Amino acid sequence: MQTPRFWREIDERYALKGVKCGNCGHVLFPSRTLCPDCRHASVGKLSPFRLQGDGVVEAVTVVHAPPSGFELQAPYTLALVRLAEGPRVTAQVTDVKPGDVKVGARVRAVFRKINEEGEAGVVQYGYKFVVSDVAALR
Amino acid sequence: MPRGVCVIGAGVTKFGELWEQSFRSLIGEAGLAAVKDARITGDDIDALYVGSMSAGRFIGQEHIGALVVDEAGLAHRHIPATRVEAADASGAAALREGYLAIMSGEHDVVVVGGVEKMTDATDQEQTNTLATALDAEWESFYGATYPAVHALMANAHMAKYGTTREMLAAVSVKNHENGAHNKKAAYPFTITKDQVLKSPLVADPLRMLDCAANVDGASAVVLCAEDKAARYHDKPVKILASAQASDRFVLADRAELATFESTKAAAAAAYRKAKLSPKDVQVAEVHDAFTIGEVMAIEDLGFFEKGSGGKAALNGLTARSGERPVNTSGGLKARGHPPGATGLAQVHEIVRQLRAEAGDRQVRDARVGLTHNVGGSGSTAVVHLFGRGW
Repeated sequence: MQTPRFWREIDERYALKGVKCGNCGHVLFPSRTLCPDCRHASVGKLSPFRLQGDGVVEAVTVVHAPPSGFELQAPYTLALVRLAEGPRVTAQVTDVKPGDVKVGARVRAVFRKINEEGEAGVVQYGYKFVVSDVAALR
Repeated sequence: MPRGVCVIGAGVTKFGELWEQSFRSLIGEAGLAAVKDARITGDDIDALYVGSMSAGRFIGQEHIGALVVDEAGLAHRHIPATRVEAADASGAAALREGYLAIMSGEHDVVVVGGVEKMTDATDQEQTNTLATALDAEWESFYGATYPAVHALMANAHMAKYGTTREMLAAVSVKNHENGAHNKKAAYPFTITKDQVLKSPLVADPLRMLDCAANVDGASAVVLCAEDKAARYHDKPVKILASAQASDRFVLADRAELATFESTKAAAAAAYRKAKLSPKDVQVAEVHDAFTIGEVMAIEDLGFFEKGSGGKAALNGLTARSGERPVNTSGGLKARGHPPGATGLAQVHEIVRQLRAEAGDRQVRDARVGLTHNVGGSGSTAVVHLFGRGW
């Protein structure tokens, strides 16, 4: 990844900043050029919108064969998380034993290092999720 | 009235870790085999399409179209040559472009090739490159891999329909049983359910023997306008329909995780164009990059009721002797999966089946065949239907 792209994406990755469609009211994350539901009717009506980071795990796996840069994290939990505002994101669930995270677990976004020495040669940060109700793990 | 299009020749190389073979020697060998099978010469060829997922990353080579024309010894004829890319559906997407070029009346004879040279790259580079078919910013960045997104689908399918680990393993065992009869397959041997269930985890619940391996290989077909096909071949295989569909790029953005909506859309369009239904298909090559992929495919193509694909595999319904033989070639699992070459290797098998040249893999009285090639996590699907043109 090139450094300019990395900087361009920081707002979205660090602050969970998406957009809200002024036509239908849906929140979109990551931000998009058009609302896929309203298309042309959404032009000029998408305004920045910050998501709170609360969500629920809707699908989960544990990755044992990692891509470059993730070797020291494997095995790690990868999930699809439905955020309270509507969008679903792909992210790791961290600070938890692999296999402990189940569908339905309530999670919240935290700011974490994602990968060291990516293609831009800089440490890459972004969101991971932690289980909000730790008692529910057992 | 658009012209009909036939496949008059098909060729494949051996698939596998072919360290002695290069990208260009692979596609050259497959192209020669297809041209020989079609009984044409290079002077008959009007245009070339070639599917390759990521030659740029695997071997550091782009501009594949012109390179392949030159390797074929046809540079002096200055024919148009175009590379087509749709991740691991590149081969079928290239076939569709060749089909459209003839259907439109622009060309009479077109060669379509598919090739990938993967094993010059390290295992890790291969994993990274396959992950480029996912969303680099919003999936792979966070550690999602090709197997991982399919594992998410597998878990969703298991939760929703009660699909079991044993059912997934049955897909792999069946495909290796078929592949054991295919000398071009990278892994022409049988495996047991226990071997699948005890192989190392890749992304839970998918294990190594649920995943098609990265290998080298090439495949090619010769297409010809239906009204000219009889000049070259007495058994032209007619393309009854060609359909391609797309879907939300990121898995997380799809409402339904246990269904390939792109496959359903492409299949519906193909059946409509050919005026056929799923029950008219006697033999199918489907995209089993992962065992869950075949389970979802045979449901979404309409062969089995939604949710019952795993049970169908377990009960032998998709075996060569079953009611609906699927992946008689061994599929991606036993044949190996060089992404650009896979789609046309599927066509090669269907051509052999319809011409009754499939040897001990032959399905009795195969009259209509189907190929199904998927790109990425299902954001591209290509379906073709074939029938006897003689």
